[in-house]
Amino acid sequence: MTLSLENLQTRRIDPNQPLLEVENLVMHYKIKAGDVSAVDNVTFTIHQGEAVGLVGESGCGKTSTALALLRLLPANAEYMSGEVRLNGEDLLQLTEDEMRERRWKDIAMVFQGAMNSWNPVYRVGDQIREVLDTHFRGQMDIDTQTRHIEKLFTAVGLPVEMVDRYPHEFSGGMRQRAVIAMALACSPELIIADEPTTALDVIVQDQILRELKRIQAELGMSILYISHDIAVIAEVTDSLGVMYAGKLVEYGPTSEVFSRPRHPYAYLLLRSTPSITGPRRKLAPLEGEPPDLLNPPSGCRFHPRCPFATEQCVVEEPPLAEISGGHRVACWNYEEVPELEMELVR
Amino acid sequence: MTAPAPARIKPLVEVTDLEKLFPISRGMFRAPNEFVHAVDGINFAIAPGESLGLVGESGCGKSTTGRMLVKLLDATDGHIQFNDGDYERDVANVSRTEIKEFRSRVQMIFQDPYESMNPRRTVFDTVSEPLAVQKVGTIPEREERVLELLGLVGLTPPENFLFRYPHELSGGQRQRVAIARALVMNPRFVVADEPTSMLDVSIRISIMELMTELADRLGVSYLYITHDLAVARYMCDRIAVMYLGKIVEVGPTEEILANPRHPYTRALLSAVPIPDPKIKRTPVEIKGGISKAINPTSECRFIQRCPFAAQICRENPHPDMFDVGEQHYAACYRINEI
Amino acid sequence: MATKETIQHGEAIPEEAIPDETQAAATFEELVAGRDVAAEPLWRIRLRLFRRSFAKNWGLFRDSKMGIVGLVIIAIFGLMAVAQPVLMSTVWDPAVYDPVSGYDAVVNEFTVVEDVALTDETTEIALSDARFELNPTIDVGEVVRIPVQPAPPTLGGEEGHAHFLGTDPQGRDIFSQLLYGARAAFLLGFVAAFTTVFIATTVGAIAAYYGGKLDGFLMRTADLILLMPLLPLLIVMSAVVQINMIMLGIMIGILGGFGGDAIILKSQALSIKVKAYIDAARVAGGGDGHIIFRHIVPNVVPLSLLYMMFGVTIAIALEATLSYLGLLNIQMSWGIMINAAKNGGYLLSGTRYWWLLFPSGLAVSFLAFGFFVVGRGMDEVINPRLRAR
Repeated sequence: MTLSLENLQTRRIDPNQPLLEVENLVMHYKIKAGDVSAVDNVTFTIHQGEAVGLVGESGCGKTSTALALLRLLPANAEYMSGEVRLNGEDLLQLTEDEMRERRWKDIAMVFQGAMNSWNPVYRVGDQIREVLDTHFRGQMDIDTQTRHIEKLFTAVGLPVEMVDRYPHEFSGGMRQRAVIAMALACSPELIIADEPTTALDVIVQDQILRELKRIQAELGMSILYISHDIAVIAEVTDSLGVMYAGKLVEYGPTSEVFSRPRHPYAYLLLRSTPSITGPRRKLAPLEGEPPDLLNPPSGCRFHPRCPFATEQCVVEEPPLAEISGGHRVACWNYEEVPELEMELVR
Repeated sequence: MTAPAPARIKPLVEVTDLEKLFPISRGMFRAPNEFVHAVDGINFAIAPGESLGLVGESGCGKSTTGRMLVKLLDATDGHIQFNDGDYERDVANVSRTEIKEFRSRVQMIFQDPYESMNPRRTVFDTVSEPLAVQKVGTIPEREERVLELLGLVGLTPPENFLFRYPHELSGGQRQRVAIARALVMNPRFVVADEPTSMLDVSIRISIMELMTELADRLGVSYLYITHDLAVARYMCDRIAVMYLGKIVEVGPTEEILANPRHPYTRALLSAVPIPDPKIKRTPVEIKGGISKAINPTSECRFIQRCPFAAQICRENPHPDMFDVGEQHYAACYRINEI
Repeated sequence: MATKETIQHGEAIPEEAIPDETQAAATFEELVAGRDVAAEPLWRIRLRLFRRSFAKNWGLFRDSKMGIVGLVIIAIFGLMAVAQPVLMSTVWDPAVYDPVSGYDAVVNEFTVVEDVALTDETTEIALSDARFELNPTIDVGEVVRIPVQPAPPTLGGEEGHAHFLGTDPQGRDIFSQLLYGARAAFLLGFVAAFTTVFIATTVGAIAAYYGGKLDGFLMRTADLILLMPLLPLLIVMSAVVQINMIMLGIMIGILGGFGGDAIILKSQALSIKVKAYIDAARVAGGGDGHIIFRHIVPNVVPLSLLYMMFGVTIAIALEATLSYLGLLNIQMSWGIMINAAKNGGYLLSGTRYWWLLFPSGLAVSFLAFGFFVVGRGMDEVINPRLRAR
């Protein structure tokens, strides 16, 4: 197990080699009223050194997917089928003890709202120390730990003196950097970042995103970004997946999905996002509400709100099919979706 | 120098030297000697029917300004001149008895659709509350008015929504109810405090379009408070950028976006992520700094973080607004050099 | 609905076509079905809404088994309370069964024994006592019949009246006393609990809303009262004032209402005060009174009701204690029953005279428990986080 950041830097990255393969993942939450189909047949691959994004609105299942990868779901969640292969090994088949070995050392996570979850009565450095104690019990003495934590702080752009400070002495952006430092503590190959900048001001957000990009490049890490903010995903990811109502409806290289979204939901999502650059465009609202996952719509889950829906969409669920190099769409009528040319207004 | 509203007619709202200081208490028996200058002497004006965006990051004072404009907070100093036809008052100094009348002319839309409605009261109760409190109309008349407004904000058929409870509505529907409540007394001026930031992206547009359409139809002016410049672009005729309690730049929206003159505005604009992977943003030029103005010095508030700070900035107090043309003003000594 | 044509031609998508998809629509339509809403008087609509939300809360309450158990217990005692006057006016002879002034000396059989071997005083009598009380010629081994009080439970028959739980040292029917005590307990419980909660809610709402010195004063008063031991205080007061049931209820209510409950309800009121809808009410023009009584108090009341349940528990237990100590000016209650047992010297006789202690003691415990558990059940309705998903 690599312990220091230097070791990681010499890791060779093969961008064609898959790191995490998610295949047909199906996960339900069991509640009194029935089964909530929260993650339905999600398939995608994160390659070594790649930044992948999962974008969607609240309730679409992106956080549930992330937690499912790490097997950190609540007690009432049930894996129905599918595989999650890390370097070829199916994580869903491991025992809890074996999974604990992989967690944080191979895959780490920056949780949503983690920056506000620092224990206020302990120093930040000591809280990271706890992580090291848990995973490297007996292998690191105090001084080695301290040096490692200082190196982590430097890696995320925090001054080394802050290691012995309390969380309330950190600003919001600094707390988020510290959370990232904690995620890096065991030199994982993959970091899952769930809404890493949502609560931050835009200038701090820019700094954090640049930091993450730099760390990713220097350490040869892969990152899975989860966000509802399309603009953020556009800037930091190589590939992205669009989720809706528990399903992955479109997946492909970021530049391609943005220049020509093929799924009606992705298309409408992009058409409803205002931007400060470019000519001022007329935006298209999306009618209706996301469906109840206890009783999802038949066929394609988006059909009640879809302007391109046909009878087939009501009856038959479209598979996530490839339409060009790496670009996949789950839609029967994707060819009807026009170019993303928005006419100007005012 | 005030940044005046573009029209020659009397502005609907004219804010002069508005200040809000919050004392930092040093204990039970000592008078506070430290104050947070949340809003530190700002000036702006809003013409009838116009929408002014107040943008800035957290802690800049935009929400505090909005709350002062609806008298949820009392200003420490300054004037808020409100000119609505025959009603002309300095709202900052209006007496307690006069406040009720003021409240029928100025309303607010809140940020959180889940928290801005009393969960135990129906839609009818919530929307008719201004009418009930101001003792306007009989109950059947109020019902008529509420039905009219529910239809106006797109909750149709309105009868179905009249006696719903908040937990039976979605976020977008709740925000529509909030808009209905704000408009029920036919106000001339509405302060909207981040009304869409807690809504899903796909719902934001319908709410924003609704607000714009109603503004046009009913002749309502907005002060639109937001941290999201893209949203401000979509909603506002003019934008005022705030930093640490001061307005640093103000002007027509497109002009400011195309031609930002204040270093902070530039940094802010360059930091906004673009939903187009083909576009590479210029690096953000700004240094780290404080987030609250506690007993600030008299020099330019932005000096610690400004990449262009020069001798002239250190030797002079916080700059006034300089005219950079096209109704566009920026508070910086060096606008002609950078 | 946005159709692909409108998208392709870039027209504005009409506002009116927003589908109404929330599930409540169906139920509400059933309620309003076809009626012209504007023509319905508001109060009737509110009544219907209230019934609907009550039904929903009842459904939630039913899920909590504890709550149902509590409700059953309370119902049983309620039946007891109602049964007493009914029985008194129909089947029972007041001279015998009145809980306060009834009298019946039940005749029991006793075997005469040498006093050295006296093992069970409920069925045996010493020779010397028998000769002294009855007939100097009585001998060991004879069975004598003596009227006795307190008497153990008996089903009556031709020999006498039925006393399901026996009689007390003064010859009064225990069962009748028990039923009567239920009435007293309910009365006291509700007076006390209602007064407590009424005062605590008002104090809490006012303290939270106005803050500052008023808040400080009210809270420091509450701290003082919280630290004051309630029982000794009531004991002292009983020496000064003649306390009957209603008075006791009000006193407990006042002392409780300004104390700990006020602190809890104030913090609840405070959490309401900072919500956005309070700001919205103020911006709408609402004054202090409107905000306190139309917004804060209604949102505090569910919690108040919860504490009212717990308040009944405390009140019942308090009354039993004070009555046991003989400090109250009431005729009959469960506490008085135990007090009567103590005064007769039967307190430490354990199971021999069990009917003097256990029915009343258990009644206090069970009714208090019933209210407490109903409170716990209500807690799940009020605090959605406690519910099983």
